[in-house]
Amino acid sequence: MLFSLSGKNILITGATSGIGRAAAVMCAKQGARVLCIGRNEERMCSLLTELHSISSAEHSSYLLDLTNNQSLVDCVRELPPLDGLVLAAGINKWKPIPFIKLEEIHELININTIAAISLLKEICKKKKLKECSSVVFVSSIAGVYTTSMGNAMYAVSKGGLQAFMKTAALELSSKGIRCNSVNPGRIETDLIKNNTQLSDEEIRMDINRYPLKRYGTPLDVAYSIVFLLSDETSWITGTDIVVDGGLTLK
Amino acid sequence: MEKFIELFAEQLDAMSEVTLNADTRFRELDEWTSLVALSIIAMVDEEYGVSLSGNDIRSVNTLGELYNLIQEKL
Ligand SMILES: NC(=O)c1ccc[n+]([C@@H]2O[C@H](COP(=O)([O-])OP(=O)(O)OC[C@H]3O[C@@H](n4cnc5c(N)ncnc54)[C@H](OP(=O)(O)O)[C@@H]3O)[C@@H](O)[C@H]2O)c1
Repeated sequence: MLFSLSGKNILITGATSGIGRAAAVMCAKQGARVLCIGRNEERMCSLLTELHSISSAEHSSYLLDLTNNQSLVDCVRELPPLDGLVLAAGINKWKPIPFIKLEEIHELININTIAAISLLKEICKKKKLKECSSVVFVSSIAGVYTTSMGNAMYAVSKGGLQAFMKTAALELSSKGIRCNSVNPGRIETDLIKNNTQLSDEEIRMDINRYPLKRYGTPLDVAYSIVFLLSDETSWITGTDIVVDGGLTLK
Repeated sequence: MEKFIELFAEQLDAMSEVTLNADTRFRELDEWTSLVALSIIAMVDEEYGVSLSGNDIRSVNTLGELYNLIQEKL
């Protein structure tokens, strides 16, 4: 089977919702044992039930807030050796520049950028990534290829994450560890549903800006994540896959 | 209401002096843009502790109606 993840241990953050959840399910379908990180217990239980219904692999979960460094360190200590890591946890908040609050920008960067850096750092320090493993950062087109009004805090967090991905790809290459990102446009998840700032009319107009005339689904992104985790991409590192229905062509 | 109109006017990038009052149909102003809409949402949150949605803003026409909507949500 192409893009098989059979026998691989894959750790996924943000596994309880949206893109991370779709990635967890796809990884299990491709034969992986999935180790899930999230905060919401109820959603984690439902995910684990789904994963166990897909395969008999020893899927497991870790409930923690990734911005709490001690919890992160404790979690890494318990991890088995990893073949793959997907960094999908993240939040978004729109604020025009004059209204940016320092605590909000800290909150955004803490989870979107620093938590991903801290987790990879700790995993490297404890030598939990096997040789020839693959790390996939869930970045964005925002802050990397484009940006939008009110999206400064998020764009900064993702631009920083992208810069870190490239540096990690270079540093970890000597161990055969690959680092890449997927860079989605707007994907139908809680992240955008919880943002009520756009009216239904504005959302219709926004969808119309996409050459493929729809927002993405979590699965659209999960397929690219599986691709980058698989051994078929063993000579791809430091790059990104834009999954945006053609938006950045314009 | 006067204070609200003042705060609203601050969010417009108006080079030209627009005169605003309770009857102004704000979404028809030349200065009305998606960024102004986001700024109004953020200003109302900061000044009144009220969270307006994009749909709330589209549900009213005049500044007076917008002000009343905020009062209802206080
Ligand atoms: N949706 C889009 O349009 C879009 C576009 C481009 C990029 N992205 C990126 O894709 C990634 C996933 O987003 P999504 O759309 O799938 O959002 P989502 O459905 O809201 O899921 C976000 C996930 O992040 C987890 N999370 C947030 N803060 C956390 C924290 N402090 N500690 C641990 N976990 C935390 C949540 O866990 P709990 O629910 O358990 O708390 C949840 O599993 C994000 O990095 C986002 O920036 C999304």
